[in-house]
Amino acid sequence: LSGAPEIPKEDSRPQWDNKFQYILSCIGFAVGLGNVWRFPYLCQIHGGGAFLIPYFIALLFEGIPLLHLELALGQCLRKGSIGAWNTISPYLEGVGVGSWMVSVLVSLYYNIVLTWVMWYFINSFQEPLPWSVCPLNENRTGFNEECYESTAVNYFWYRKTLNITPDIAESGTLQWWLILCLATCWAIVYLCTIRGIETTGKAIYVTAIFPYLVLTIFLIQGLTLPGATDGLIYLFTPNLNSLKNPRVWLDAATQIFFSLSLAFGGLIAFASYNPTKNDCEKDAVAVAIVNSMTSLYASIPVFCVLGFKATTAYWDCLDRNIINIIDEFDLPEESIMRQNYTSWISFLNSSYPEKFAGLKLKSCNLQEFLDQSVSGTGLAFIVFTQAIILMPGSQAWAILFFIMLFSLGLSSMFGNIEGVFTPLLELRIIPKSAPKELLSGIICLISFLIALCFTLGSGSYWIDIFDRYAGSVPLLVIAFFEVIGVVYIYKIKRFSKDVERMTGRKLNLYWQITWRLISPLLLLIVFMAFLTLQMQKPPSYTAWNPKYEGFPMKEEKVYPPWVQAICVLLAAFPCVCIPLVALFHLVKQKRRSKDPSFGPPQVFSCQGANS
Amino acid sequence: MLRALLLTLSVVAIAQAELCKPDAQNAFKVRISIKTALGDNAYAWDANEEYLFKAMVAFAMRRYSSKSTTQISNVLLCNVTDRVSFWFVVTDSSTNVTTVPGSEVEAAIRMTRNRINSAFLLSDKTLQFLKITSTLSPPVEPSTPVWLIVFGVVLCLIVAGIVFLIVSGIQKHKKKNKESAERENLEEKVEVTLENGIPCEALDLKAGRINGVFAADDERFTSL
Repeated sequence: LSGAPEIPKEDSRPQWDNKFQYILSCIGFAVGLGNVWRFPYLCQIHGGGAFLIPYFIALLFEGIPLLHLELALGQCLRKGSIGAWNTISPYLEGVGVGSWMVSVLVSLYYNIVLTWVMWYFINSFQEPLPWSVCPLNENRTGFNEECYESTAVNYFWYRKTLNITPDIAESGTLQWWLILCLATCWAIVYLCTIRGIETTGKAIYVTAIFPYLVLTIFLIQGLTLPGATDGLIYLFTPNLNSLKNPRVWLDAATQIFFSLSLAFGGLIAFASYNPTKNDCEKDAVAVAIVNSMTSLYASIPVFCVLGFKATTAYWDCLDRNIINIIDEFDLPEESIMRQNYTSWISFLNSSYPEKFAGLKLKSCNLQEFLDQSVSGTGLAFIVFTQAIILMPGSQAWAILFFIMLFSLGLSSMFGNIEGVFTPLLELRIIPKSAPKELLSGIICLISFLIALCFTLGSGSYWIDIFDRYAGSVPLLVIAFFEVIGVVYIYKIKRFSKDVERMTGRKLNLYWQITWRLISPLLLLIVFMAFLTLQMQKPPSYTAWNPKYEGFPMKEEKVYPPWVQAICVLLAAFPCVCIPLVALFHLVKQKRRSKDPSFGPPQVFSCQGANS
Repeated sequence: MLRALLLTLSVVAIAQAELCKPDAQNAFKVRISIKTALGDNAYAWDANEEYLFKAMVAFAMRRYSSKSTTQISNVLLCNVTDRVSFWFVVTDSSTNVTTVPGSEVEAAIRMTRNRINSAFLLSDKTLQFLKITSTLSPPVEPSTPVWLIVFGVVLCLIVAGIVFLIVSGIQKHKKKNKESAERENLEEKVEVTLENGIPCEALDLKAGRINGVFAADDERFTSL
């Protein structure tokens, strides 16, 4: 029956409904919270517009090649990370196991950040916003002391949300409100990933597109705020001198790498559900460029808002000084305005120097307020929430902002969960007759139970540890072995032919050079530099301690030895999987070679790989 | 006669000046910020407003100790500045030369603070009695925290979604099982009625089971 059509191999493997879903999923995975709260911060501290130069160089030589490599790998081998690396070479299966392990660790702590976002979201429906006023103390004569000494926003974050302990060794108790929110977040993740890409493919339409809408709304609103232009000028004024600092180049390389969510195994999983004849080269370039453009686009409203906040803080400082002067010198109201403040100051200082010095006025400097740079959770939950209080209609802005953060984080969670789910599905952990819903349910339930540790009083210190050690160094190592594995063990000539078959074009010289030489070299340099920087000083953290004498400044503390051991374990465990699994297969091979009944392991090619 | 009158008046004036001066005993400083409170609707502070202030303080003293006979003339104002701030002191109505203890004045003002504020269209922050602190009102808290309500709504929606997806998944699974079971049944029935690849119905029609050739040969042989 030569005329009968071939049974397509894609039948048993789920598929994307359309190409747009796949691209959107990859973009959603790459575009995450880091685009909003890490990239603008890096721009700010590394010389504004000048930071874009190392950023785009890193994108060109590290980001796009590695992304293309992962997408082509997944599409060609049509398996999740563990299966794919096993197919390339059983000795490289450790690379897949390593990425799977990193995906597990990151999924655990990433959802806690979403828990915090959800907590703020459900608290945004109140009037006034709970982080705008300090609660009263017991006898109602004044405000709560901890709140009064710091700010209401800080109090709400550190006390009402985290209920943070002053030291990482003190675990504190489980915070029930965080447990409720955590359960909700895992329920949402379960709802969206219940049947793998069948359900995430539908959910991604909302979670990947919605943030762009909100960013645009914030952009329009942000540009109308007073002081926005100050913030934007401050952000984008290039300071080319900063390029002399190697730290800037390192930060650009690491930012691109972590921003594209490489080496998690999630991208390989997404690409494995593609039909074989798909142009992965165009996809990779598109996803990388959209990710970088999103970072730039997001930094504009962020800096408008930061400029607005700095300007209002500056005006508050001026107003407070003016009130003090008027009260002390009994001058009529509105005699000193912000415009003639400096002339009045000089007049009073020359006429009544002792009385003026006795006032102990704080100097108000706009540049100083603009210089206060924050990244990460501090930006979202402290700085931004404070700025939102000052905007008219703050409830609406708060709700929009936190839904946006939640969507950004959720679409990245889909990629993380897919990186855990797909390899487990292929390893046949559960019997084939059992529904997929069971496996995703088990994953979500176990993750929820383990993540309860992060709802303790010391939880946020542990999140920092996981973020710094589990989500950084292992990824660099895994990515390095990915490139080496494909280029030198699978052999680049073979891979070029596979990619040619998939895209229909010969592999460009750019890809050849970057895959063979530049990317592995760059990864090695970044890894070494990163490691040396981490080891330069003993790992320390800043703790929120109301009893500290410098309160409201955070207290700088060193990690106790047992915590340092855990840090090392977190960083080393996924990396150590690579040689361990290779050793395991070596032993298995030696035992197999002693038994003559087994033939040599099959050699395969991209087209012959079974799903 | 005239000289005696002038003398007594000047003595009284000096005595009053002694009683009311900045940081005098039982004197309080008041600071008023009209423009901050009322903006464009601000009124000017003049002698009439001072008269109203004296009246309000006298009213407060009368309310506090009901037998009090404090007159407006018992309230002395001094050192009025452009800021609008001044000092005031309340003299004892029975003897015009001693002042009412500060604690009594403070208690009286505290009791009537709201009325004094509203007489001037000001608030605790814009009409400040510098030594008299005000108790802060507690924020309004609803009986159930709002966030619990929102949380309940969100959770219900999610649980409904999960249940719906699981149920639809089970239904699809059952339908797929039923379909594959029906297909198997059909194949069995087809096997039963096949013999040598030819359906039995066809065989019966062609009378294939009984071979007429052999049956016809029976007549050649004699019966035993």
